[in-house]
Amino acid sequence: MTIRNVRDHGQRYRPRMACLKKVETVVLEMQDPKTGVKSQTQRLVITTIPHAITGEDIVAWIANRLKIDASEAQAMGTMMVAFGYIYPLQDHKRLIIKPDTSLYRFQTPYFWPAQQWPVEDTDYAIYLAKRNIRKKGMLELYEQEEYNNLYKWMNHKWDFIVMQAKEQYRAGKERKKPDRVVFDCQERAYWVVHRPPPGTVSAMDHGLDRMVDPNLEEKKTPDYYRRIIMFTQQCIMRPRVKSSVSIGALVKYTATYKEHDPFLNSCLPSNPWLTDDITYWNLNMPNVETPTKMRVERWTFSFGELLADPRGRDDFRLFLKKEFSGENLAFWEGCEDLKWGAAETMKEKAQQIYKTFLARGAPRWINIDGKTMDITVKGLAHPHRYVLDAAQTHIYMLMKKDSYGRYLKSPVFKETQKKAAAPDAHRFSETQLEQNSKRRRPSLSPITLKQQEEEQKAKLAASGPVDITQVMSKLEKKQRK
Amino acid sequence: MGEMEQMKKEAEGLKTQIEAARKAVNDTDMASAAAGVAPAPRVQLKTRRTLKGHLAKIYAMHWCTDNRLMVSASQDGKLLIWDSHSGNKVNAVPLKSSWVMTCAYAPSGNLVASGGLDNMCTVYNLKTPVIKTVKELDAHAGYLSCCRFLSDNEILTASGDTTCALWDLETGKQTTVFLSHVGDCMCLALSPDNNSFISGACDSLAKLWDIRDGQCKQTFLGHTSDINAISFLPSGNAVVTGSDDCTCKMYDLRADQEVICYQDAALNSGVTSLALSMSGRLVFAGYDDFNCNIWDSLKGEKVGVLSGHDNRVSCTGVPADGMCVCTGSWDSFLKIWN
Repeated sequence: MTIRNVRDHGQRYRPRMACLKKVETVVLEMQDPKTGVKSQTQRLVITTIPHAITGEDIVAWIANRLKIDASEAQAMGTMMVAFGYIYPLQDHKRLIIKPDTSLYRFQTPYFWPAQQWPVEDTDYAIYLAKRNIRKKGMLELYEQEEYNNLYKWMNHKWDFIVMQAKEQYRAGKERKKPDRVVFDCQERAYWVVHRPPPGTVSAMDHGLDRMVDPNLEEKKTPDYYRRIIMFTQQCIMRPRVKSSVSIGALVKYTATYKEHDPFLNSCLPSNPWLTDDITYWNLNMPNVETPTKMRVERWTFSFGELLADPRGRDDFRLFLKKEFSGENLAFWEGCEDLKWGAAETMKEKAQQIYKTFLARGAPRWINIDGKTMDITVKGLAHPHRYVLDAAQTHIYMLMKKDSYGRYLKSPVFKETQKKAAAPDAHRFSETQLEQNSKRRRPSLSPITLKQQEEEQKAKLAASGPVDITQVMSKLEKKQRK
Repeated sequence: MGEMEQMKKEAEGLKTQIEAARKAVNDTDMASAAAGVAPAPRVQLKTRRTLKGHLAKIYAMHWCTDNRLMVSASQDGKLLIWDSHSGNKVNAVPLKSSWVMTCAYAPSGNLVASGGLDNMCTVYNLKTPVIKTVKELDAHAGYLSCCRFLSDNEILTASGDTTCALWDLETGKQTTVFLSHVGDCMCLALSPDNNSFISGACDSLAKLWDIRDGQCKQTFLGHTSDINAISFLPSGNAVVTGSDDCTCKMYDLRADQEVICYQDAALNSGVTSLALSMSGRLVFAGYDDFNCNIWDSLKGEKVGVLSGHDNRVSCTGVPADGMCVCTGSWDSFLKIWN
């Protein structure tokens, strides 16, 4: 069972069972007469069958060899039995390892699952027919049903099947008794693995087969090499970052977010999954009035985090309004809307954005360099989703490098930080926890939440107190119309 | 033939060049970079909810961005939408074809999609009181293995015909087709900034694609069998893949190479699914041996096991706020752990 090609894209016939190669090496080691599992003989009335091994020896050997604990070794032993490398001699229909003196034997390589031939129904029919010949009524109920099914749809080759079965039965009778018993056991074990009795979880159940065989070699034409050359050249030209920098950044990211990871740190006031109390979720709704301290801390990690959180973005918008540079964020939001919005309104949206932000003398003119402006205006002749990409990136970097830093030092942010909620940890007693679990209610669906948000916004727009910033924005809206 | 020989030589030469370039920047490895970090604590999670309702193997699940709703797909021909905290089933979407392999929740919460052996991706609208099919996206030549929404207007799909595609939901047509894999595409993941995505396929390669120009930007080698699961680290600079060769690997996008491999001599079953905690420190990987192992992403050690399923773990997911992890299995149950 050696790997045939260097670039073997996986198994030949058994898809999704790459582990079989690994299991085989372990099984081969187990069979080593010196360092493998100790074997003993099994007595059957008058015959003795050699090379039987006990379940507990198997588990102990695995635990010792792979340096794992007993429960994992047992799981691994069960896997070997489920795949059919080892089969139980007693209770043969249960494919598990019992870590006691129950006897098992190694399956012959002919019947190993990694063999190249598929398990055919014809072979199964021959096997069942053979058992029927040997002793009528020997088939179990599920086997009887299978036999009847196979008889129905393989009727056209039934003569062939019966003939084969008779041949095999005759050949079997000519063998010595111990060999015959062993072979029968092996064959029976093979079919328990591949045609499991009802209710057994089959290890052979691998899900769907692959559609395309990745091992098919592509024809080596000049075109093929041309593509490879082009791709590799592009790859080489791409800038590469030093591992130390890149991996260092990964490590830093996990360290920065460690406090915020609910699996590594408890969250305040309490994790709703542990205490069934949903205060945490209520405090962290997308558009809550007062954010929590942890949430505000996340805004300081990166500009992306600030923009991604709707509450953070609101705060940032407020700051920009005070600085009279709100058009940058408004432009960025317009670009996002264009990128992810419906295709039919794309043209109008693009035109609107041009008139409001980019045209000469526009009411909310944004400051981008000449080259980017040229590219963008040219692109707007044939608008598509990504037409404003260059301008958007420019404005994003501008906000990130300039406004973001000032925002973090601004009174707006400091105010938000001061007012941020820092709830105390919950301390629930047993009875309180039980009450909590009884009071579980389904959440509002995000669709309903969105609708409520829209209604709220509409209400505010219709009847809010008049303040100068609102008037200004109303004027802008009028101008835009 | 002379021309072919020349090109072959050139291709080989370039291959050695790129390997040299990768080696040149490889001035450290994860072990030394993470040497100063304390190892992650032993994580012992308990099952907080068991969601019962499906009648057959569960093939896929996906959390909604509100951290409480999730959708799961099972081969009994239903998509179930759960309110995970209360355990209620909010909706049941009957599918035309019961051979479903994937499901996805739109970030807005308005739509869900599913697909499988019918080669189509069907998108359903959850806003109306009776759930209606919005579109049936039919152009793939093979089964649909994974789909993810970019917004309410665009969706990405990965298919067994070795291609991935970006669809416009209004026209129902493919905007871009991503060609490069030579084996069935099994999984895909969106980058946090939604500008690129990665796909894993049965040719044991993971590829990074740019959504805008449809080109494959980077290819990651290293696995020796089908890649079944793939995910971005929340920082967007690294990718974790899980494969049938029983290992998971992390690749760094900027250094363009494999950084660490999560493997164990005792592990002998393929990885079916994976999910990351919100800091990226923990990797939850579901295996064929009915367990889900938890790895410390920086140290490469196993820090916990989630055992409890009676059959293969087929899907894993961590919601956006990172509060818990959900595993779905062929035993038809979904379990939520914390």
